[in-house]
Parts: sequence; C-alpha cells; structure tokens
Amino acid sequence: MKYTTVIGLEVHVELKTNSKMFCSCSADYFGQKPNTHTCPVCLGLPGALPYPNKKAIEWCVMIGLALNCEIPLFSKFDRKNYFYPDLSKGYQISQYDKPFCVSGHITLSTGKRIGITRVHMEEDTGKLIHEVVNGKDVSLIDFNRSGVPLVEIVTEPDFETAEEVKEYLQKLQQIVRYLDVSNADMEKGNMRLEPNISLRKDGETKLPNYKVEVKNINSFGFVSKAIEYEINRQAEILDNGKTPAQETRGFVEKNSSTVSQRVKEEASDYRYFPEPDIPPIRWIKQEIENIKNSLPELPDEKVTRLAKELNIKISDAITVSDNIKASVNFEEAIKIGIKENIDPQKLTNFIVNRDVNLADELPASIIKQFIQATAILAVNEDELDKIVEKVINDNPRAVEDFKKGKETVIMFLVGQVMRQFKEKVDAEKIKAVLTAKLK
Amino acid sequence: MNLNQLTIKKTQEGLKNKDFSSVELTNACLDQIKQTDDKLNAFVTVTQQEALEQARNADEALKNGVELPLLGIPIAFKDNFSTQGVKTTASSKVLEDYIPPYDATVVKKLKDSGMVMIGKTNMDAWAHGSSTETSDFGPTRNPWNTNHLPGGSSGGSAAAVAANQVIAAIGSETAGSIRQPASWCGVVGLKPTYGRVSRYGVVAMGSSLDSPGPITKTVEDSALILQILAGKDELDATTSPQLVGDYSKNLDKSIKDLRIGISSEYFIKGIDKEVEEAVKKAVLKLLELGAKQEDIKLFDPKYAIDVYTIIQRSEVSSNLARYDGIRFGSGREKFMEEAKRRIMFGTYALSSGYYDQYYNKAQKVRTVIINDFKKAFEKVDVIIAPTSPSLALPVGATKDLSMFGEIADVLVEPSSIAGLAGINIPVGFSTSKLPIGMQIIGPQFSEELILSVANQYEQASQNEDWRRLKPKL
Repeated sequence: MKYTTVIGLEVHVELKTNSKMFCSCSADYFGQKPNTHTCPVCLGLPGALPYPNKKAIEWCVMIGLALNCEIPLFSKFDRKNYFYPDLSKGYQISQYDKPFCVSGHITLSTGKRIGITRVHMEEDTGKLIHEVVNGKDVSLIDFNRSGVPLVEIVTEPDFETAEEVKEYLQKLQQIVRYLDVSNADMEKGNMRLEPNISLRKDGETKLPNYKVEVKNINSFGFVSKAIEYEINRQAEILDNGKTPAQETRGFVEKNSSTVSQRVKEEASDYRYFPEPDIPPIRWIKQEIENIKNSLPELPDEKVTRLAKELNIKISDAITVSDNIKASVNFEEAIKIGIKENIDPQKLTNFIVNRDVNLADELPASIIKQFIQATAILAVNEDELDKIVEKVINDNPRAVEDFKKGKETVIMFLVGQVMRQFKEKVDAEKIKAVLTAKLK
Repeated sequence: MNLNQLTIKKTQEGLKNKDFSSVELTNACLDQIKQTDDKLNAFVTVTQQEALEQARNADEALKNGVELPLLGIPIAFKDNFSTQGVKTTASSKVLEDYIPPYDATVVKKLKDSGMVMIGKTNMDAWAHGSSTETSDFGPTRNPWNTNHLPGGSSGGSAAAVAANQVIAAIGSETAGSIRQPASWCGVVGLKPTYGRVSRYGVVAMGSSLDSPGPITKTVEDSALILQILAGKDELDATTSPQLVGDYSKNLDKSIKDLRIGISSEYFIKGIDKEVEEAVKKAVLKLLELGAKQEDIKLFDPKYAIDVYTIIQRSEVSSNLARYDGIRFGSGREKFMEEAKRRIMFGTYALSSGYYDQYYNKAQKVRTVIINDFKKAFEKVDVIIAPTSPSLALPVGATKDLSMFGEIADVLVEPSSIAGLAGINIPVGFSTSKLPIGMQIIGPQFSEELILSVANQYEQASQNEDWRRLKPKL
C-alpha cells in the first residue's frame, strides 16, 4: 500500500545567555566540574524562588519574530509537574497555554511552508550520570545544566519527507546562529530534535490516529535515518492491517534503528497551572517593535537582497550567506572590489569556485588574492597577441613538433610567453590563445 | 521589669544609653526560654551559642558607635525561614536534618540591621494548620493557659513573644497564620500586603498567598520591623516595586474622619460573645477618637474558604514535590497525614479534566472577592472585624478535624486571598483570661494607615485594666 508520511517536529534550542533562566549562575556548563554552577534556585532548595532572565525572554521573542510568529501581548509561565530525579523542584517551569510566540512559519526552498505552532521558553533539567563507585552501581545527579534557558520550537505536522525535515533544521540552525542567541551545536546538546512520525494512506486528509515520537537524535543525518527507519517499520505494520503503537522510541546509532522506550496510553497529565512565583508578562507594542528592530538581516532576506543588488546568482548568494560572519566579509569584499572596478559576479565566482573561506579571511586579503589570480585580465589583449606571435616565430621547431601531434610541447611555448610578463599570468588563457593561433 | 519583657523601642533606648548590654538582654531571653519552654515548646531550635556571640559583637559595635535599628536585639524566626547554617525544618520530620546554605531575604535584612538571632520557632508542619498542634516536634502551648492552643501556623513565634522569650519574632501568613495566633496569644501580628515583603527563602506553602511579617509586643515595634523588611527584592519576582512608606512617622496621625467599615457578615453566627463584645467596644474607642463607622456589606467569608482551600492545596501539591527523598535527608514516608491529605487534594484539583472545575473556577471567584473589597474600599478606609471567631481552643481541638484551620481562619481568609494588608491587635481578655484580638484590614499597600489606626487604639487603651495582665508561667 502507498502511504504519505506525516511528520511534526519539536526542537529544543539552548540559549547562550551568560546566566541561567531563573538565577544568576553561569549557564556555560559544558565540560564543567559537576555541581559547580549551582545555587539555591537551580538546586530547588526549600524557599528559593525563580527570577526570570529578561535577556532570555527577549531572545525567545527574537526567535519567534525571526520565524514569522505573532507575539501575543499577554504571556505567562506555568509549572509542568512530573517526577524525575534530574528535576530539582519536582516541576519544570515552562509555558502551557500562553507561549511567547505563536503561528509562524519557515519557507523551504521548494516554496513549501512549514507551519510553526508555537515557540516557548522553559528551563533545562539536570543530568543523570550512571557510574560505578567503589564497585557499586550508582546514579549521580549533576545540576550544572539545571535552569539553563531552553526555547522549544514546535511545528505543525507539515513535513512529508526526511529531506524537508533536514532543510528545515538547517534553516532553523542558521537563523538562531544569525540571531547569535545559541551556538546550536548538536554535539554539545545545544539543539535537540524530537520528530513525531506517522503514516496515512495516500489520498486521506485526516491525521493518523497514532504518532511515534523519536528521541536521542543528535545529528541532522540521524534524523533522516530515524525517519526512513520509522517509515519502513510503520508501513509494514500498516500493511498487516494493524496500527502502530502510540509510543516514544529511542534512536540507536549503531544500526540506525529505533527501539521502543515508553508506550503512552494517553497524554501524560502534567497538572499544568500558572507559575505563582512569576507574575504574567504583559508587553506593550513598542517593546515588541523594539525587539523586531533589533533583529539582524535574516538569511532569506539577505540572499534575496544580495542577488538583486549585486546581480549575482541565487545559488551563489546562498553560499556566501551561509553564516553571518561570512556574509559580512563577503559584502565588505564586494565593496572594496567595486572601488577597484571588480565586477561583483566575477568576484563572487572566484569566491565560490575557489572555495574561499569567507568567515576566516579578511575582505582585503580576498581582494588581493582575486587580483593576483586574475591579473591576466589586466593584460592588454593586443599585447598578449603580439607576444604570442613573437614566441611562435622564435620557436619554429617546437611549433613544428606541435603540429606533428606532439601536443605536450604547448606547455613549453606557454612558459616562453609567461617569461615575457613580470606578473603572474593565467596559463590557461595563454594556452588558449596559443592553441588558437597554431591551429 | 526583666529585660526580656521590654519592647524593641525600649531595648533600643536601653542599649543606646548603656543601661544594659546586648549580652545581658540576650541572656535574659535565653533564661526565660530555659525556664518556660518545657511548658510551651515554642522553639524547635535555640541557637544559644551563636546568639551570645552575635550579642558580644553587637556590644562591641555599640561601643564603637555603630547605629543600626536592631543592633543587639534578640529576634526569633518561624522555622520555615531559611537560616544559613541553622536547621530549618518547617516543623516537619522530612526536613529534620536540613541545614540551608543560605539566608532568606527577611533573615538577611534583619541580620544586616544588627539583630541577634535567638532561635527558630515551632509551627504547624509545613505551615499546614492553625493550631501549631500538627508540628512533628510536638504542639506549642498558649502562654496564657497551657491547656490551650496558641493558634497557628506561626504559633511558636506568637507564643514566644507573648511569653517574653524574645523581644520580637517573625512569622508568615498564608491565610491567618500571623493574625490568628497573634489574636490567641494577645500580641500584635502584621500580615503585610502580598508582595510587600520578600518570600525568598521561606519554605513555600501557598506561593500566591504567603506573606512574611512581624509578631511584636506593640504596634510601634511592628512598624519598625516592617520598615526593615518591606521592599522590592531582586530574588522574588512577586515583590512590588511600589515605594516603601514611612511606617513609624504617621503612627500618631489623627484618625479624625477615618471611615471604618463594619460588615455584619464578619460577626458570624456562632462567634464567641465575649469576642464580639470586646471588638465592638474597641471600635467605639476609635469612634471616640473621631473615626466614623460605616456599615458595609461584604461577601459571606464562607466563599473564601472554598477558594482558599483549592488554590492553597493546588500550590502545596506542587511545592512539596521536591521533597522526593533524594536530597534534604528524609523521604516521603515522613510526611504526616495533613501534608499527604493536601498533596492528594491539590493533585486532584489540578488534574486534567478537573482543572477548570476547581483551580480555574477558584481563581475566578478570587477575582470576584478582590473586586468586592475594591468596591468596599471606595466607601471606607479600613475594615474592622474580629480576627478569630473564637478564643484560643483547648489542646486536642484539631484532632479529627481536617478543615479545622479553614474554619478557625474564616475571618482572615477573604483578605488573604485578596492579598490585602491586615493587622491583629489585642483588645481585651475573656473572663477565662484568654486574649481577644481584633483585625484592621486595609487596601493593598495601606500598611501606614492600618498601623496608624492600630497604634491609636493601643495608645488610647493603655490604661485599661486588662493591659496589666501577664501570662503566669
């Protein structure tokens, strides 16, 4: 039977604020000694209270705005109650029915829009470490990560292929890096992905009556593998006339498969209620406008503008806008180039074809490389013509050999021409002129 | 007069004039604790050594001319205030061995004001109660009659002040937990506006209601402590940025033309006759001073019981989740009946499918009650009512009465869920020699006003016979 894949995505992005979400502990916990970045608040000691990090909230709104979301003027935090040893308070401060951002979208290169249901703010949990200490199996808790700001981005079930998911993730990663609010480093867990996957018969429009959530995915490549695996697994179950279980599965790297972790009979009851320790947030329109005005130019806008302004190819504009530093260096190089009468598309070709490391090269040095590499263009065509004629006349034996079919002789002649120039010139160009004259 | 019987004001003067030292004062309090606490059980922890060391430091500072409002003055804290290096149990065995690594903001502010911390007082476990009978470390007894209860949950603090074991104490009120024990013990108890005093470091009970405040011998002392405690705290997002008033300045300001609201709904059926009479007599005294009585109609306070019960239990069920047995010493098996009952109740009220029916509806009724008070305060400046419908009840009264607190606190709950300011002051004694308290309720952030009204009454009643009564211990 033929099926259409239905995929929705939850992505957690860890912000790179200096301090944690609700206390002044450093949020830079990666690789630190366990339980050294802690205080009464993130340890959930009796009596300690959360004090929200204004910058983290603004960054969450920035992400929402960059994803074309609406920002409701009223928002609040809620408690999500559940028990887990890495959760210091017995509840996580999150947002339930009034998230900071709603109803956004990302447009894929095909023009397809992926709807973004909501973008909300929450806090990260601690980390469990299972070790053997003095010959005994023990579980240890490291609270360094407890309270680090997390932004959760939830999409509509709009994806139909693993490729769409991958492009969406790349775009999302690029946007948060452009905003400079997260390192979005998958390996360090700055970005965590949870696709939920189900299949419906081709032609049906209703959502399937089950979904499978896959966790433990720490690279974009693995998302594709997990999705492919699930499509096959679920199709086989459906082909047999059964319905796949509503469950959470874990991705297994070594054989690119998934295994069942927890079967959900119904939605968990987190007993959400408004966080009484944090007053609701009421924005005034101007505050949202100010955040909007502080947004940098985003990748899509930049690509469109560069292509139009500089009259370069869209694909090249995408390449040079890969990250914000590269794009800044690129534009600076173009500016210097224009002063030197260098055509933007030619400079762009040079950068793209030679794979110039835009993010790390100084714009001035890019121009220097370009001038050196293309110096031949500055050589007068007539002058080149004359020199080529002269070399042909001066080397009758070589010319004869070439005409007899000894084509390697051409490089000797190219060398003779090059010796007549002080600057380094493009051998290919000389070779072309020589060949034309000899034939 | 023994030093431990003095007020803050008097000890300030005495210390300044070098009539006595902080060590002498502290020793007087410690002696009184030693002599009386076997009977009262007002303290969970007495920090004798630390107190004496702080007193010696205070004497040194006094010698050097340091001026701080509470320099060298012994204060006690309810045992739900985090005190760095000193056990903080909330009177529950779950936290029997828990020693916090940090101070609550209230503790820190009083330390910065030079106080000597003398110990931690008993309370209903987790502040779940209105009797201090449900403490896991045994009940506290009323200093006026040890066969009776001190009220609660700040019963240890109220009893310690009434018994002159300490010069002043700090309590916390969710709904009645300062005013009601102050009433039963015959002392002054101020419940500030929600958000006026930081909750940071106070073991949370009902987070949207908890308000720390002073329990003192006089209104003047209450104003003095509030001055230190009040204000925005960068560690408690629910504290208000509203400017802090000058609470001592206007204590003697005339109350001529002050409009006092009296609501018949607060003189409920079954109220103790002596309580009713004493409060009405106290109101007459204020009328003699030029105030005017306005009869108003407030919602029947019984509605507040339902709202309060649902909101407070819901918050409790979440606030107690962290005591999962991994940290803080003991595990969940140490929770006693009342805590378990509240966790069950709150968990149920927050469950999906019931949330709208209970928690959400309670919040809506809460708004109605807030608006009811708003309307009332357009007509009157303060509302006066009995604090408790009864006198201090006998020990054992709470047994098998799981809603005991809610009923004992019926007259303080509406103003608590509306987040208003209120103060209990003693207005007399019953023939059985048990204290009677009256509450003055004002709008949010009206502490200056209610303290002033309370002080006017206190001054005007200074020569009444009952003022000379002392607890016999």
